Amino acid sequence: MQSPYDLMVILLVLLNFRLLGASQLGACVNTVAVQALLIGLLALLTPGVSWNWMTLMVVFVTLIKAVVLPALVRRAMRETGVVQEIEPFVGYTFSILIGTGMLVLSFLAVRPLQVPLDGAAQVLVPVTLFTMLTGLFLIVARRKAITQVLGFLTMENSIYLFGVAFAIQESWLVQTGVLLDVFAAVFVMGIMIHHINREFDNIDTDRLSNLRD
Amino acid sequence: MIYSLLFVFLALAFAPFLMSVINRTKAFFGGRSGPALLQPYYDLVKLLRKGAVYSRTVSWIFHTAPSVEVAAVLAALAVTPLGGIPALLAFPGDLLFLVYVLGLMRFCVVIAALDTGSAFEGMGASREVQFSALAEVALLVGLAAVAAKVHAVGLSDMCREAWAGGMFGENGVTMLLVSASLLVVLLAENSRIPVDDPNTHLELTMIHEVMILDYGGVDLALIEYAAAVKFWVLGSLLVSMALPFRGTSQIGNLAAGLGGLLVLALVVGCIESVMARLRLVRVPQLLVVAGVLSFLALFNVMR
Repeated sequence: MQSPYDLMVILLVLLNFRLLGASQLGACVNTVAVQALLIGLLALLTPGVSWNWMTLMVVFVTLIKAVVLPALVRRAMRETGVVQEIEPFVGYTFSILIGTGMLVLSFLAVRPLQVPLDGAAQVLVPVTLFTMLTGLFLIVARRKAITQVLGFLTMENSIYLFGVAFAIQESWLVQTGVLLDVFAAVFVMGIMIHHINREFDNIDTDRLSNLRD
Repeated sequence: MIYSLLFVFLALAFAPFLMSVINRTKAFFGGRSGPALLQPYYDLVKLLRKGAVYSRTVSWIFHTAPSVEVAAVLAALAVTPLGGIPALLAFPGDLLFLVYVLGLMRFCVVIAALDTGSAFEGMGASREVQFSALAEVALLVGLAAVAAKVHAVGLSDMCREAWAGGMFGENGVTMLLVSASLLVVLLAENSRIPVDDPNTHLELTMIHEVMILDYGGVDLALIEYAAAVKFWVLGSLLVSMALPFRGTSQIGNLAAGLGGLLVLALVVGCIESVMARLRLVRVPQLLVVAGVLSFLALFNVMR
């Protein structure tokens, strides 16, 4: 077997494709949770991370992202009664094809950067970029507010992974800050989704553009 | 060389047997005892003893297609290696030859179906062409990934290198991705369940079966036999990429490869038992995912 590290990076890419191709929201939430778990594992496996209180930190952060945040999103799903993304702006097959394009783009974009990393962590940078693009794509290409929240979470995962890739010890402080922001954001979004749903009887964000005063 | 010949003869003799293994697995899941293990052979003998009946509207295309199909699949078999066993005919670039010989076979099925002038068969032909256009990309890109990984463009060299460890060797990630992709291609190309149901005769769901509805007797026997050999050919490629161990001698390699094929038939039987057929609009998505897997393997190699 190649290093388990490589396998996990490939798995991460495949999870992104699953996010792009799945229509059931429950499956998407699970995928984001598994992705967070995988990124936590990658953080522990990255060479240069010492086993001290950082380990505890990583475990804590991973728990929040893999358990608490998905639970919040699931609650929003339950309250709004939405289970499936129907007729997104970009179809699923086409989304996957666009995903392939984004993957190529991220590898091409990183190549001239001369990232100062050793072999193992080097592949993380393009994958980080790809995850970020996937998150952004989910935000613009899907109708339901919940999928857009999931896109946001995917982006957060990628930012976290970026910190992991560079393994700068002090970056954990930054990570915690980002995490706090995301936590608050998901909380607020959950409430927003609830309110949007109560006012308009659905969470189709496309319909918000029809608002008149 | 002697083992390559042996492999070809074994393929010719036991290809229908793999179909029988799949059917028995499905019967086991369904709680039935299933058809006899030699049932495909009985069917072939029965069909060979019958005469053929032709529609008045068909031309020579319809008459010649079954023979061309068998010829094409035999040519494909000649360049198919099984892990450490090289193919009977091995030359650089034979992977393209294999893919396009299988393409020729499909082409014959399709134009023979169109030749009957039946709208029903035309529908099947249209579906077959649509899905195989996507499957071919996955197959070619997957083989290209393996070729780039082991720095060889001959199928026999590629399979020998891949055979050195399959999924758990040093090329593990590439082989894993290509194997997953090849499995989907195998299921699609052989009209197995997530793509097409080989048992059904309902208008809305058939792909392969609908194209050969007008055949009977000897012609049908040839087509069924060619389909079985095609499964064996693609299965050998998949087993070569996927099997995680190899024999110490050539005879051990052959035994391991045949065992792998048997396991593959069991796996296909299990897939058919636990999965439902996909809706037709979802099938392209499955094939695109297979293409993405192949592409990812290629990218993993080239980066």
